[in-house]
Amino acid sequence: MDEKRRDHYAGALMALLGAGAMVQGSQYGIGSMTRMGSGFFPVALGAGMVVMGVLIAASASKAPPPPDLLHGPQTPPDWRGWGCIIAAVLLFIGLAQYAGLLPAIFACVFVAAIGDRRAKLRQSLALATGVTVFGLLVFAYGLQVQIPILGAM
Amino acid sequence: MGSTGMAGLAHGFSVALEWHNILWCFAGVMIGNLVGVLPGMGVLSAISILLPLTFAIPTVPAMLMLAGIYYGAQYGGAICSILLNLPCHPPHAVTCLDGYPMTRQGRGGVALGITMVAAICGAAFGILQMIFMAPFIARVAFSFGAPEICTLMLLGLLAGATLAKGSPLKGVAMTMLGLLLGIVGTDINTGVERFMFGQVELSDGVELVALSLGLFGIAEFLKSVNHTAPVNAAHARLSMADMWPSRAELRQAAFPILRGTLVGSLCSLIPGTGPTIASFVAYATEKKLSRHPERFGHGAIAGVASPEASTHSAVQGDFIPTMSLGIPGDAVMALLLGALIIHGVTPGPRLIVEHPDIFWGLIASFWIGNIMLVVLNVPLIGLWVRLLTVPYRLLYPTALFFICIGVFAARNQLFDVAMTLGLGVFGYVLVKLRFEPAPILLGFVLGPRLEENFRRAVLISRGSLEIFISRPISAVFVSLCVVLVAGQIYARLRRSSGVVSAAG
Repeated sequence: MDEKRRDHYAGALMALLGAGAMVQGSQYGIGSMTRMGSGFFPVALGAGMVVMGVLIAASASKAPPPPDLLHGPQTPPDWRGWGCIIAAVLLFIGLAQYAGLLPAIFACVFVAAIGDRRAKLRQSLALATGVTVFGLLVFAYGLQVQIPILGAM
Repeated sequence: MGSTGMAGLAHGFSVALEWHNILWCFAGVMIGNLVGVLPGMGVLSAISILLPLTFAIPTVPAMLMLAGIYYGAQYGGAICSILLNLPCHPPHAVTCLDGYPMTRQGRGGVALGITMVAAICGAAFGILQMIFMAPFIARVAFSFGAPEICTLMLLGLLAGATLAKGSPLKGVAMTMLGLLLGIVGTDINTGVERFMFGQVELSDGVELVALSLGLFGIAEFLKSVNHTAPVNAAHARLSMADMWPSRAELRQAAFPILRGTLVGSLCSLIPGTGPTIASFVAYATEKKLSRHPERFGHGAIAGVASPEASTHSAVQGDFIPTMSLGIPGDAVMALLLGALIIHGVTPGPRLIVEHPDIFWGLIASFWIGNIMLVVLNVPLIGLWVRLLTVPYRLLYPTALFFICIGVFAARNQLFDVAMTLGLGVFGYVLVKLRFEPAPILLGFVLGPRLEENFRRAVLISRGSLEIFISRPISAVFVSLCVVLVAGQIYARLRRSSGVVSAAG
C-alpha cells in the first residue's frame, strides 16, 4: 500500500467514525448551549473527527515517513498467525462459557502457539499443559476466578 | 513548605516500609524488570493484566506495585537494547545505537554498569523534582474551577496528541476517538444510555483493561506474530565483574549523565513528551555538544549514559502532572490514573492532601524500588540474559491467556473479552494506517471528566463559551493551546516548503 492511499483510507475511516458518532449522538438530544443535552458532546466530537479525517486525507503525501527506530518495517499479511490468535480468544470465550476454565486455557494457549510457523506440535502441547496447570493453580485455586474448572458457567 | 515536605516524606517512608507494602513494591519492580527484558512484552500490557488482580488489595500497595512495573521495566529495557540490539522497549531504542557496539567490543558489562549509575542519578533527580514540585503545582491548582480544569485538560490532551511520535493530525484524531470511547455507557448527568447498541454489559462504559489490552496487547501480537527475528545472544555472556566501570569511564559518563538528567526532567514536565522523547532529545543533545561526534554509533559511553539518565529522570517526573493535577502525560500514566479511579480515588489537585498515604508512600517507594532494582540487577544479570533468549513463540500464547483471564477478572464478564478482541483487531488496523494508539487511552481516561467540567463551566456562564477566555488562568491555557497548534502548522509549512532538517 503506498503512503498516499494509506492516508486516504486513514482519513476516510476517521470521517466515517465521526459521522457515525454524529448520527447516533444526535438521537440523545443535542439541547442548546444553556441546556446541553446528552448528545451535545458526542456530536461535537464526531464533527471534530470528520474534520480531522478530511485533513488527514487532504494532507496525504507520497513521501514515506522518515524511517526511525520505533516503527518496524511494514510486514506482509500473516493469515495463519492472525487466524490462530483470533481463534484462540474466541475459543477461550466459548469454552469458558460452556465447558469450563481447564479446556478454555488449554485450547487458548495451544491454538495461539500453533499460529507461529516455527511451532512444533509437541512443544505447543507441552506449553499448553504447563500454562493450564499454572493457570488453574493461580486463578482457580488462588484467586477464585468466577469460572468453574469444568462445566458451564 | 520544606518542613511539610519533610514530614510528608517521613510519613511516606513509614507507609512504604510496612512489610506488605515493601513486598508489593518488590513484586512490581521484579515483574517490571522481567517485562522490560522479555522482547515483545510491554509495560502497558503488564500493568493492565495485573490491574484487575489489585482490586483485592488496598489502594496503596496496588499503586506501589503498578508504578513499580513502570520504572522497573526501564532497567530491563536497557539490558535488552545493550546486549541484543533489540529496541523492545521504546524509551531505550536509542540506547541500542551505542550500547550494542559496546557489547560487540566486549564492553557490554561496562555499558550496563554505566546504565545503572545513570539510572540511579536520573531517578533520584526525578523523585526530588516530584517531592518539591508536585505539592506546589497542586496548591496552585486548588483554586481551579470547572473552566480552568476543562482548558487545562484540553491543553494536556492536545500536547499528548501532537508532541508524541507520529503525525499530529492523526494524534488529535486518536484523542477524539478516545474521548468518544469514554462516552460509551450511562451518562452520569442525565442517565441517558449512549453508544450502547443494546448491550447491557456496556452500561458502566468500556472497561479500561479491555481497551488497553486490546490496543496494546492483542494488536501487538497480531503485528509481531511470525515477524520476530530469532534472538541473537552470542555477545550477551557476561559476569558481575564485567559491570564495574573504570574511573576514566565514569569520568567520561559524568557530564552526559548530568545533562541527560536535566533533559529528562524538562521533558517530563511537558505533557506528551515522556521518556521516549526525552531519550532521543538527550542523545541528540549529547552528539551535538560532543567534541567527537564521530564516535557516536561506535560505542561512545556518552551515547549510553545520557539517554539512560534522561529516561529514568523522565519516568519519575512523569508522575508529577498525574499526581498533582490528575492529568496524565502518556498512556502508562493514563492507565495508572484509571487504576486510581477504579480504586475509588478521585485524581486531581486534592489528591496529595486527601490521600497522603498514596502520594508520599509512592515517592518513598520510588527510592526503595530504585535501590532494590540496582542491587538486584547486578547479581541477577545472568538470569536476565538467559530470559532474553526465551523465544517469542512461547511467550505470546502465554501472554494471550493472561490477557483473556485478566480482562474477565476485571468485571467477571466474558463480553469484555470479546470486546478486547474486537478492539485489538481495530487497533491493529489503526497501526497499519500509521496511527499511534497511545492518545486513545489518554482521551478515554480524561473523557468523562472533560465532558463533566465542560458542561459545568458552560452552565455557570449560562451558555456562553466566553467564560473560557474571560477567566485569566483559563485564558492562559487556551492561548497555550493556540500556540501549540500554531507551532504545529508552522512546522508543517516549513517542512513542505522544502527545508528538511536533519534530526538526530
